[in-house]
Amino acid sequence: MAVLVIADHHDGVLRDTTQKTVTAAQKLSGDIDILVAGQNVDAAAQAAAKIGGVRKVLSADSAALGQGLAEAYEALVVGLAGGYDAILTPSTTLGKNFAPRIAAKLDVAQISDVVEVVDANTFVRPIYAGNALETVQSSDAKKVITVRPTVFKAAPDGGSASVEKVDAGAGAAHTRFVSEEMVKSDRPELGAAKIVVSGGRAMGSAEEFQRVIDPLADLLGAAVGASRAAVDAGYAPNDYQVGQTGKVVAPDLYIAIGISGAIQHLAGMKDSKVIVAINKDADAPIFQVADYGLVADYKTAVPELMDALKAAGK
Amino acid sequence: MKVLVTVKRVIDSNVKARVKPDQTGVDLANVKMSMNPFDEIAVEEAVRLKEKGVATDVVVVSIGPAQAQETIRTALAMGADRGILVQSDADPEPLAVAKVLKAVVAEENPNLVLMGKQAIDGDNNATGQMLAALLDWPQATFASKVEIAGAKATVTREVDGGLQTLEVDLPAVITADLRLNEPRYASLPNIMKAKKKEIAVKTAADYGVDTAPRLKVLKVSEPAKRQAGIKVETAADLVMKLKNEAGVL
Repeated sequence: MAVLVIADHHDGVLRDTTQKTVTAAQKLSGDIDILVAGQNVDAAAQAAAKIGGVRKVLSADSAALGQGLAEAYEALVVGLAGGYDAILTPSTTLGKNFAPRIAAKLDVAQISDVVEVVDANTFVRPIYAGNALETVQSSDAKKVITVRPTVFKAAPDGGSASVEKVDAGAGAAHTRFVSEEMVKSDRPELGAAKIVVSGGRAMGSAEEFQRVIDPLADLLGAAVGASRAAVDAGYAPNDYQVGQTGKVVAPDLYIAIGISGAIQHLAGMKDSKVIVAINKDADAPIFQVADYGLVADYKTAVPELMDALKAAGK
Repeated sequence: MKVLVTVKRVIDSNVKARVKPDQTGVDLANVKMSMNPFDEIAVEEAVRLKEKGVATDVVVVSIGPAQAQETIRTALAMGADRGILVQSDADPEPLAVAKVLKAVVAEENPNLVLMGKQAIDGDNNATGQMLAALLDWPQATFASKVEIAGAKATVTREVDGGLQTLEVDLPAVITADLRLNEPRYASLPNIMKAKKKEIAVKTAADYGVDTAPRLKVLKVSEPAKRQAGIKVETAADLVMKLKNEAGVL
């Protein structure tokens, strides 16, 4: 049984979601190849070749693959699929976009957002925004799987696989890249940050949100998140949203400020290692999932917290 | 231009899903059901295209139980023209849904299929992409802005770390993300009008599609419960605990 992992990379840098997907793949087979598809992918392919236990790296390098268009990935991967029993990719927006096309073309189910590989045919995945876990057994001969990277450890380096060039495929005939607008921020990306500071509706305004949340996040080197209530009220931009309809995060430390803890929000952060809640309502549901709760008005609690952090050397 | 919009009847997003004690699934008996929130955004976008004069005909499709007619009615009250229910008591997998939709597309010949990016029950985020692949159509998923000009759509997409804009030739599949629009509430006169709009009821067999599942659900379990922790008295106390006890600072 051989497995193909499709790498996640950007600007020549291999993202660690790739190594995490390799860890999931190791539960399926020892014969793991990595496909690095894109434009100018040599550096990312070399990085992939260093991951321990990888058999070989396939490098598909062309302008047609440069923007990660789903149709171009489909043409490439369906062509390679004959040699593999399973195809895995992290469930990033890139993977979520192209993987179902490959599954449909191969006439197999996609097993989305896998959080546990039980055996070669059996997988656990969250449904209902993580309020339930579904264990499914696949009857398809080939499997297309997206992996939730936050739950797997990155496979360590230690290999020296060969890198083999493969034909890049036909590209996308009816889709053209127009532009890209990446958020430029000195803060870490919300989905990958070790610490996340989130604000809720209690902030009352966008100005207050920035005044309270941003400095604390900067002090901790944290990403900024928000509840849906805060986003709906216009206090924070939509891409800050943590929850069922926003981003699912699992940082080492999640600090929820003025967030009541609606189901929809808890679904996006309850896998965080340590959760801190600051809320003046002692009965807020957020305290039921918080490791450390501070019943206080954020207006006094956040400045005190910042003073205490500074005193502790932050 | 004709637009096909897909809607799914799912548990209301404000209701907490509870796993059945026998672990066979999530308990949906006597639970409030609503239109999948992302589908509501897709319907709104289709209706706006109609109001702008871009779309002439908005057809709503749902695959689900007889009660999914109510979900279609909601879309008709928002402004869609007519509905198709492909009745199914099982909850078909995304691949089967995509195959049924492909058959509906062959019959309806829409220029655009608008869908929600994912249903909040199965959370697969796959059906739109699968439909596009089966049709060999281009796709623009996770849309936060859609502009149609002639036989092309320019779509801004929500991707990790920012936004990407693509141009796709029509016909195409576009899936809606949260920021695309804010769906309207149907007005009472429109709810009344929707009662007279036509809903055709079919089955997957009418389209000759095999909807047999590929995945067997062995069990549905509750995730490990998080234990409520402790309350601290002061911010200084909190920092000390985070540093010395939790080791996260």
